[in-house]
Amino acid sequence: MAEIKNITVDSKIPEGPVAEKWTNYKAHQKLVNPANKRRLDIIVVGTGLAGASAASTLAEMGFNVLNFCIQDSPRRAHSIAAQGGINAAKNYQNDGDSVYRLFYDTVKGGDYRAREANVYRLAEVSNNIIDQCVAQGVPFAREYGGLLANRSFGGAQVSRTFYAKGQTGQQLLLGAYSSLNRQIELGKVKSYNRYEMHDVVMIDGRARGIIAKNLVTGKFERFAAHAVVIATGGYGNAYFLSTNAMGCNCSAAMACYRKGAWFANPAYVQIHPTCIPVHGDKQSKLTLMSESLRNDGRIWVPKKLEDAKRLQEGTLKGSQIPEEDRDYYLERRYPAFGNLVPRDVASRAAKERCDKGFGVNNTGLAVFLDFSEAINRLGKDAVAQRYGNLFDMYEEITDVSPYEEPMMIFPAIHYTMGGIWVDYELQTSIKGLFAIGECNFSDHGANRLGASALMQGLADGYFVLPYTIQNYLSDQITVPHFQTDTPEFDEAEKQCIAAEQALLDIKGKRSVDSIHKELGHILWDFVGMARSKESLESALKSLKDLRKEFETNLFVPGVAGDGMNVELDKAFRLKDFITMGELIAYDALNRNESCGGHFREEYQTEEGEAKRDDANYFYVSCWNYEGSDEKEPTLIKEPLEYEAIKVQTRNYKS
Amino acid sequence: MANITVNLKVWRQAGPKEPGQFKTYTVATDTDTSFLETLDILNEQLVEQGEEPIVFDHDCREGICGMCSLYINGHPHGPATGATTCQLYMRRFKDGETITVEPWRSAAFPVIKDLMVDRNAFDKIQQAGGYVSFNCGGAQDANALPISKESADLAMDAATCIGCGACVAACKNGSAMLFVSAKVSQFALLPQGQVERARRARAMVKKMDELGFGNCTNTGACASECPKNISLSNIARLNREFLKAKIKE
Repeated sequence: MAEIKNITVDSKIPEGPVAEKWTNYKAHQKLVNPANKRRLDIIVVGTGLAGASAASTLAEMGFNVLNFCIQDSPRRAHSIAAQGGINAAKNYQNDGDSVYRLFYDTVKGGDYRAREANVYRLAEVSNNIIDQCVAQGVPFAREYGGLLANRSFGGAQVSRTFYAKGQTGQQLLLGAYSSLNRQIELGKVKSYNRYEMHDVVMIDGRARGIIAKNLVTGKFERFAAHAVVIATGGYGNAYFLSTNAMGCNCSAAMACYRKGAWFANPAYVQIHPTCIPVHGDKQSKLTLMSESLRNDGRIWVPKKLEDAKRLQEGTLKGSQIPEEDRDYYLERRYPAFGNLVPRDVASRAAKERCDKGFGVNNTGLAVFLDFSEAINRLGKDAVAQRYGNLFDMYEEITDVSPYEEPMMIFPAIHYTMGGIWVDYELQTSIKGLFAIGECNFSDHGANRLGASALMQGLADGYFVLPYTIQNYLSDQITVPHFQTDTPEFDEAEKQCIAAEQALLDIKGKRSVDSIHKELGHILWDFVGMARSKESLESALKSLKDLRKEFETNLFVPGVAGDGMNVELDKAFRLKDFITMGELIAYDALNRNESCGGHFREEYQTEEGEAKRDDANYFYVSCWNYEGSDEKEPTLIKEPLEYEAIKVQTRNYKS
Repeated sequence: MANITVNLKVWRQAGPKEPGQFKTYTVATDTDTSFLETLDILNEQLVEQGEEPIVFDHDCREGICGMCSLYINGHPHGPATGATTCQLYMRRFKDGETITVEPWRSAAFPVIKDLMVDRNAFDKIQQAGGYVSFNCGGAQDANALPISKESADLAMDAATCIGCGACVAACKNGSAMLFVSAKVSQFALLPQGQVERARRARAMVKKMDELGFGNCTNTGACASECPKNISLSNIARLNREFLKAKIKE
């Protein structure tokens, strides 16, 4: 792969020791005074935790905000489905937590591939998030004394996770949505529901607007602003089956990428260890079972192959296997963290057992998550109180009660650590274009710890972007409101219309979903939990063929611009998923090491643990678009610099 | 798992102003497949035949986003209790059964296309007062104000509302009282909601009335069909809150 070597990546990390960088930054950054804020317009695309919190906070500050979502209401963004919780370094449990420890755990959990300064800032503002959400009336779980309750999550030895039953994402999102509603009522936010961003409009090298499709009328509309913020989530749905919502897509991010925003670390995809296993080819998505279940659930497979065989045949039940014949493989391999190892470690360990033939369901691709010990220790009622809604959800889907039989789980695509490259200010490599939440790359390195996605989304939206964007906007105060009847908008809209017409004109035989499923199989089999040079090269070849199939044999019914056309909208997203799939494969092929969610079979220790190569790969891979989806992107490296933390091999054993 | 074939009698409507009608389709599925996945299968078939697929709202498919709707065999979100349409599995239906699928029917939720309706009225009610007026930054420490576990749990129960609109669809009057009461209750039960308590109740009820939702006659259909089991006692609380607010006025 071609590398561009003459570019120095400026990540704008402030001077000073890591613990003082954010304070220093805020003390010296440029601000926009209240009267001038009224003159500035900001587009925020997305209404998840990052988008809704940014839109409401920017509006509270006085900016004029235009806020877009593809759903029928901002409240439906997929952040709502986050179950387990949100981390913060409050140390309310007096168990030795601190900002530094949260910072350290996050960097270590990310396998030393995150940017140190960003992560420290994240840990620093984590406490403000909890204060902010409580003030909004978010009903977090509480102890009898009236104080906030905590639970533990993977990759930590403290209890720092705040939660609201198994619906923490819902409650946090509804909190942000309530603040957003207040600003809509006050007229500071204009809300556009059922709109999908198709392109970012550039004027004189800066992002100055977007072309968005009104999904109800089917027509394109133009929107201009002084800055554009995208908060459009991750690209997990490239794999077709994932825990993402059906509408989650990477098209807004791809539009930015095609306009010159670098895409960073696409190979870092998180595979969540505790999802309900795939049951058939009609399945449309996978359902997550919260990581919080690993507080009390124990993960195991049979010790004996013959037991596994009988489980696969359906002639034996998990509950019938005696204690001494069970292999609690996480407790065995990682005594210090046990069932609470980080997600990448837990997922790979499950795959390892299933690859060896110890899988426990009819496909051989499942392991047990068992609550019998917890039910004996705490009683059924206490377990029901903690996890009742998750147990009910499991039973509804599988027809098996987790109170009676151990749950069956298997890893599934869940979250993407990679994303649009941003500097310390969350600005992309395009001036005036910012990326926040899951759609940027910055804080989780090669693996995200549980309960840290909610933290990062809200940190970016409430406490980071509203500051850093002012450093950009401070010299824009004399720029008048933009008009959308300029040649740049004309051209951008023309291209959107042409791209859509091209999809309709293919008039082939295959549905969008049938091609998407094929894409998913290629990515899961060859660019999934275990990758190799060989598998990645074969994936790139298959993806090239698949693109050809898409371009020549797709069928989309209907005509352009004539009302709602769901198939057309899905086809638009699938085109970008194919390009995204290639980007993941290119990055995975380039990175000749294993780290976090990126596991290359060639690079592992004798015990099967990931083997990093810090001498050669201690950098962020930034991919630059070369003008066509068919051309290989070029690589730009942002070297990582660690001052506070000593880079070492991750150890969850002792 | 068993393979089954069902007949889906589906409401088709080209647009808000167009007349609609039922159309029946036969589709092969199995008992481990979800109801919405069965609709996906049907849509694949329709696309292959060059017909327009059935439009319906859905997103998270795990019962939390509130996007899916559908009135199935006379019940919002179908026959299962405490579950949304996306959590409904075909094992609830018999081989050969005819299943009637309609959109939410309420004056306040006009049909956009087929089974998809416009629920923007719910957002408008929330915008009228469903929040604590508080700007980001400057919050006190989260543990500075203890809240009893009982209040926090009750507030959480009310806050679980997913805003799907099943309560309105279930109500013969098309009333949004359960939805409004859930938000009003959440804040009435928490100290953070006290300052604006009366204003909130007045503003949200006023907006609900303006938007064409019907009156509540306490039939309880809303709570019994609610996929999140939001309790009817919230409506009693809303009535008290509203009355108190009116007296203060």
